[in-house]
Amino acid sequence: MSGLGVWNYVIIIFLMMIGLYMVMSSSNLVKKLIGLNVFQTSVFFLYISFGYIEGATGPVMQEGASLYSNPLPHVLILTAIVVGVATTAVGLALSVRIKESFGTIEEDELHTMDSSL
Amino acid sequence: MSDHLILRIVGKFLIPYILLFGLYVQFHGDFGPGGGFQAGVIFASAFVIHTLLFGLESAERIAPQWILKIVAASGVLIYALVGVAAMLMGGNYLDYDFLAADPIAGQHIGIILVEFGVGLTVASVMMLLFFTFAGRGEAS
Amino acid sequence: MLAHLPVLVILAPLLGAPVASLLRGPNWPWLLATLLSWFALLCSVLLLIQVNAQGTFIYTMGGWEAPWGIEYRIDFANALLLVLITGLASVVLPYARLSVEHEIGADRCPLFYTALLLLILGLCGITVTGDAFNVFVFLEVSSLATYTLIAMGRDRRALTASFSYLIMGTIGATFYLIGVGFLYVMTGTLNMADLAERLPAISDSSTVRTAFAFIVTGICLKLALFPLHLWLPNAYTYSPSAVTAFLGATATKVAVYVLIRFVFTIFGVEFSFGAEPLAEILVPLAIIGLLSASTVSIMQPNIKRMLAYSSVAQIGYIVLGLAMGTAMGLTASLLHVFNHGLMKGALFMVMGAVAYRMGGTSIDDMRGLAKTMPLTFWAFVLGGLSLIGVPLTVGFVSKWHLILAALELGWWPVVVAILAGSMLAVVYVGRVVEAGFFGEPKDATKREAPWGLLVPLWVLVIANIWFGIDTRLTVDIAEAAAAQLMAGGVVR
Repeated sequence: MSGLGVWNYVIIIFLMMIGLYMVMSSSNLVKKLIGLNVFQTSVFFLYISFGYIEGATGPVMQEGASLYSNPLPHVLILTAIVVGVATTAVGLALSVRIKESFGTIEEDELHTMDSSL
Repeated sequence: MSDHLILRIVGKFLIPYILLFGLYVQFHGDFGPGGGFQAGVIFASAFVIHTLLFGLESAERIAPQWILKIVAASGVLIYALVGVAAMLMGGNYLDYDFLAADPIAGQHIGIILVEFGVGLTVASVMMLLFFTFAGRGEAS
Repeated sequence: MLAHLPVLVILAPLLGAPVASLLRGPNWPWLLATLLSWFALLCSVLLLIQVNAQGTFIYTMGGWEAPWGIEYRIDFANALLLVLITGLASVVLPYARLSVEHEIGADRCPLFYTALLLLILGLCGITVTGDAFNVFVFLEVSSLATYTLIAMGRDRRALTASFSYLIMGTIGATFYLIGVGFLYVMTGTLNMADLAERLPAISDSSTVRTAFAFIVTGICLKLALFPLHLWLPNAYTYSPSAVTAFLGATATKVAVYVLIRFVFTIFGVEFSFGAEPLAEILVPLAIIGLLSASTVSIMQPNIKRMLAYSSVAQIGYIVLGLAMGTAMGLTASLLHVFNHGLMKGALFMVMGAVAYRMGGTSIDDMRGLAKTMPLTFWAFVLGGLSLIGVPLTVGFVSKWHLILAALELGWWPVVVAILAGSMLAVVYVGRVVEAGFFGEPKDATKREAPWGLLVPLWVLVIANIWFGIDTRLTVDIAEAAAAQLMAGGVVR
């Protein structure tokens, strides 16, 4: 861990906050999705950081290596990435259909069109 | 993009290698890094390049959507049925040990089949997503 | 085959979903989904009997022993939830045939049933699994299916409702993921039973506390606890009737189950209620939620939306029960999870039948319903009585237990709040009943809803009465589950 110190976690938290802020502050639906992706990616980095072991090689059996980094977080995050891709696809598909039926993807304009939102 | 000669030539040159690399990642997955998810995405990316260069119609002639839908569903079915096969042969669900007389051979058979199913589904779903989004823009 | 029961419940929708997507027309996918949901119900009931007879049921996926592999671990709490989910699916699916064809159109039916099967798969998966990360995967499977299903609603506002649920749901699931990551880094395991064993030794660490905060907040977003409920009213109002009936009865309940599992089994009662101020946070939120949501629902012109707000209020009762941190409170909470599933399923199905005949679900469409659609109307009355908590209905059973649990702790203000909530329910249900009974029908030529809708609807209404009179089954199981959970739930 000493190789990186805590800087990786600082960056992760920074990314996380950027992502959450984008989701909350932007009124464009696609920008919201981008923010959501940044937020999710920061969590992927968090997991990958957990799996890092100083001086270890990739988790594939090979000669001359005795220390392997932890493969489990990688596997978990591979799954989470797939989930993230699917979520983004559904979100984009919804934005396309919102654009087709409302004519806009700006949230404040959507609010004025349908007061009950 | 018919006027971008360089892109078309380079694309034509690259596509077979991308497909080949996809297959390598797919079938080397039980010895080294790789597997159905990555392979499926790489394989689909070749089709995405093809679509960008030669247009949606040309790509849909090679991979029509109705075939992709069947492939996507059958990938999931392969995955699920391998598990059922292990169950019928006396093991727990997805217990590959029971797929062959030798447990290690069984593990190999099991993971190759399951990853094949995953690869089929991921590749075809990725292509379907791309074609659906790309086609939607043209229609309106 | 009895040894494979937990996986058979999952396998039925998993095999059914891809096949349903390939079938043509509205009827074949429906038939497949219905038969599979009945099969899953059979498996869950057998599983409940097995758990009752032999105790906790453990199934290792792929033969890999936990903690290396994923295990499915069924005790009373999951078995009860599983029966609720598959039971509701078995009732909603027969109902869906007419309702869905009417609201969605025949050409999109295969996709609808595929998504519905995936939703059932995800909900059952969350319930059976004994692995914290696996919960996340199944949570997202069910959520993605939910977003698609909501977006299939006729109103275009279904799209925006689905989108805001997607944003909120994904943030909730990612919070959960962060929490699970912290737990993994502290303990080196993702298996729930293992986590429960290793956490007490390190419960002082701030990482574990942070993990607890992230997980509870993430799940509370999913279960729509006040003030995190904002996605729910729109999502329930604009999604197709059959989807609302199924979601309203099961989706938030499964999130409640995950919360119970984490608070009681994994972190343990001592940590959650001793070291962490869980009761101090959840009890006020639950009470504000149940009172404010009930009040808001009185003012809703759209009855589907009124019932959606009422769902937020009912989540308040459920969370109130579990936040007491006692066996009695937990019993009441589990009972209300099951009973609220029955009553909300029935009420939303009534609204589907009204929408089928009248074309809308506003209070004007309900006027004079006693004359035009008497069977549908009386189903609403019985479901509404159950929602209020009138004796001889399931609503009474769970509220009675909730009040007993509050009295045991001497929490008099809470008892008053529960009673006040019931009074508010009298007002919002009574308003609709009054319009249905004394109002003049908007269109007196409308006839009773078709039998295809009425039979499943009345099956649920009768279940509301049945479990309200014969309380042995549900109360015994809920008490056994609560005792198990209070003891830490881990039986090696």
